[in-house]
Amino acid sequence: MPDSHAVDQPHPVEHPHPTAGTYIRVAIILTVLTVLEVGVFYVPAFHPVLVPVLLTLSAIKFAIVVMFYMHLKMDNKFFTLLFGGPLLLAGAVMLGLMFLFGVLTLGR
Amino acid sequence: MSHAAPPAHYTSMGLDSRKMGFWAFIGSECLLFGSLISTYLVYQGRSVAGPTPSQILNIPVTSISTFDLLMSSLWMVLALAAVQRGDMKWAKIWLLGVAIGGTIFLGFQFYEFSSFVREGLTMQANLFGCTFFILTGTHGAHVTVGVLWMLTLWVRALQGKLGPQHAMTVEIAGLYWHFVDVVWIVIFTLVYLLHK
Amino acid sequence: MSEATGLKSWLTTTDHKRIGKLYFWTAFVMFLIGGLEAELIRIQLAKPENSFVGADTYNQLFTMHGTTMVFMALMPLAAAFFNYIVPLQIGARDVAFPRLNAFSYWVFLLGTVFMNASWLLPHHPAPDGGWFGYATLTEKQFNPGPNIDFWLLGLQILGIASLAAGFNFIVTILNLRAPGMKMMRLPVFSWMTLVTSFLMITAFPVITVALVFLMFDRVFGTHFYLPSAGGDPVLWQHLFWLFGHPEVYILILPAMGVVSEILPTFARKPLFGYTVVVYSGVLIGFMGWGVWSHHMFSVGLGPIADSVFALTTMLIAIPTGVKIFNWLATLWGGQIKLTVAMCFALGFIGLFTIGGLSGVTHASPPADLQQTDTYYVVAHFHYVLFGGTMMGLFAGMYYWWPKMTGRLLSEPLGYVHFWLTFIGMNLTFFPMHFTGLLGMPRRVYTYTHDLGVDDMNMASTIGAIILGVGMIFFVYNMWRTRTKGAVAGPNPWGGATLEWSIPSPPPVHNFDVIPTVTSRLPLWDSPPAPKTPPGHIHVPGGSWWPMVAAAGLPLMALAPLTHTLWIVFVGGAVLIYGIYRWAYEPFEV
Repeated sequence: MPDSHAVDQPHPVEHPHPTAGTYIRVAIILTVLTVLEVGVFYVPAFHPVLVPVLLTLSAIKFAIVVMFYMHLKMDNKFFTLLFGGPLLLAGAVMLGLMFLFGVLTLGR
Repeated sequence: MSHAAPPAHYTSMGLDSRKMGFWAFIGSECLLFGSLISTYLVYQGRSVAGPTPSQILNIPVTSISTFDLLMSSLWMVLALAAVQRGDMKWAKIWLLGVAIGGTIFLGFQFYEFSSFVREGLTMQANLFGCTFFILTGTHGAHVTVGVLWMLTLWVRALQGKLGPQHAMTVEIAGLYWHFVDVVWIVIFTLVYLLHK
Repeated sequence: MSEATGLKSWLTTTDHKRIGKLYFWTAFVMFLIGGLEAELIRIQLAKPENSFVGADTYNQLFTMHGTTMVFMALMPLAAAFFNYIVPLQIGARDVAFPRLNAFSYWVFLLGTVFMNASWLLPHHPAPDGGWFGYATLTEKQFNPGPNIDFWLLGLQILGIASLAAGFNFIVTILNLRAPGMKMMRLPVFSWMTLVTSFLMITAFPVITVALVFLMFDRVFGTHFYLPSAGGDPVLWQHLFWLFGHPEVYILILPAMGVVSEILPTFARKPLFGYTVVVYSGVLIGFMGWGVWSHHMFSVGLGPIADSVFALTTMLIAIPTGVKIFNWLATLWGGQIKLTVAMCFALGFIGLFTIGGLSGVTHASPPADLQQTDTYYVVAHFHYVLFGGTMMGLFAGMYYWWPKMTGRLLSEPLGYVHFWLTFIGMNLTFFPMHFTGLLGMPRRVYTYTHDLGVDDMNMASTIGAIILGVGMIFFVYNMWRTRTKGAVAGPNPWGGATLEWSIPSPPPVHNFDVIPTVTSRLPLWDSPPAPKTPPGHIHVPGGSWWPMVAAAGLPLMALAPLTHTLWIVFVGGAVLIYGIYRWAYEPFEV
């Protein structure tokens, strides 16, 4: 855990904020990714790789909303831990239940 | 009249307590939605009767509502940026924009849910029905709370009671809104695009 | 500055010390009620084919005993100490969100009243599906009355209290520590509170979802757990135990924290292996998420699932055992002072170890197939939860009573309480290892003579009566201490941590000057030098809004209970109005 350096502290440190331009660029990327997702869904040629492609695209969208709109990339790393821990836990629970109910199987 | 910004308190991590508490809350919500999504995934394909996802889901329409929610996240960050620089004119515009974007999303959900019900998918019909409606319904309830929150901020801005000294509360409202958006990203992929 | 007195000041309090006391008394009363439910169970089981209570009432008794003890006694008793002691240990003036703290308490109280109100209705439709509420027994078809609705709605309300408290203590412990109070200087009790808080905020959402599914099945006719539509009752078990296993660590870690404070104080030695004890606690928190299906070894999950959970369950014994060795090493070579608090702490070590050993035997699926659903399991969890958690909490009560009230509980009466509890507890629960292995099933209102467990059941009943007598001595001790207890100074035990550096009871602002901490044992290593207090210390006032907001929740719960939709909007409006006023009232921490 980070230690406090000084006894007297002013306001929590403010980080420089992304510009409106950055936000709009992120929005454009999100739009493009969504179009790709829907496109992959509708183009039959992609269906063999539908699951990994869609999971990857949505994971990227998830990550950039969290990192940029929710400012996690620029903020104190502790917030990443505070969110990432339970997120990983939720993912592990999901995988565990999917294995237990036979939705996912290992091997043949 | 809003009171002055809270006095600068010493904190052992140098972080805003409210922001920390809210990230902890978001972590907790991951488990809430994770359990709902897990149940949806575990019960996929197990309905013994009633409409199936491929029969009922309308990808084009839902793609539009998904896009609408994504854009509302953009209005949200723009609203926060406006509040932070004290530009309350644009803050009001963007905050109202978020509320409207959220309401449009809810409108789509309402339209979607009622057409599903008309086509025979109720939550009592089968497992797809109950897992779908509880998952998306919980998400919709979260959006509703978010819209009320944004409208409250918008009204206080209209009353002159919202200013840059309250940027943290707007930031936290933003965290909530983006999280709700992010949950929808997951739901859209797993429920709509990856349906069996 | 003088503190306000009177009913209004208590109803609107946001002071962590007052909230701690509110938690304590409410939880202690619920502990006595849960104990009464247990005594009634034991009277019924004193002899075979007894007719003291019928089967239906018996089902209600064990359901409410378990639910009460877990959610309305043990958890809030620990919360009483989180509230009162943690801010003092970290050198803070209050918790991070004082009104959220008050909200937690009022929600807890209202949830408790809501569920227990079922006892008061005609034909007392109290919950009767076990504390674990397995579907499909809890579904409408098999449980048409309101019993299970009281249970699931009451639990939802109680869950919100725990969630709110969890958020509060995470931020408090991380962000409000005094200067110099690095994480590795934090008292172990505060560390365990932190781990417990993380467990609460991650585990409770899962049971929330499980209960929502059950409510929708019962009230709206969905089929989440109903096989007729392809649903799976085992889904309930998975969701419940995904919550339920972290829950038992929520129950034990605070008591482990208490013991980790008391042993060093009364051995006049620092805790042996502080770092390891802390990391073990954190590890237990993480690993506790990986063992849940060990509660389901008889369900037929298959050999792979059974083996995986058997392995993870055996592994979690490691950090647990590590703590025990560290406690023993703390005692070794110390100047042991056998105060009542120390006796309870030592009792914790022995009795929790016994419970841990029977737990290890459960980790083997084939062995567990014989043990599960028998009294052997009842023995196990009472050794860890009574012999463990309650003994730890009693230790905490004797230890921190002087700090909280300014008076010391009587040691002679305390020794009587201790010995009656120790003897009573063992007499009640040790025979259950045997009755269980001889085949006496759980949750059945009677047994036949030819099972051969008559004498052991009688022994358990006598043990339960001894426990009850012990409680009477304790209640008398608490009562007597109000006026006749020895007045306590700031540090009657010579403790090392910050709570002992301020008066007993502390002033409303806790510390005149927030200390700067330079070691793990501030009062032993470097007693704080007196400093000049500042001219004015700001202490926030009270607020009605946490209680108003809290009241919205049972109102909303009345809607599914009475199948009357509009009430949910009234309750929701109360909740939202309360939150709105709370958000916008002038309140400075």
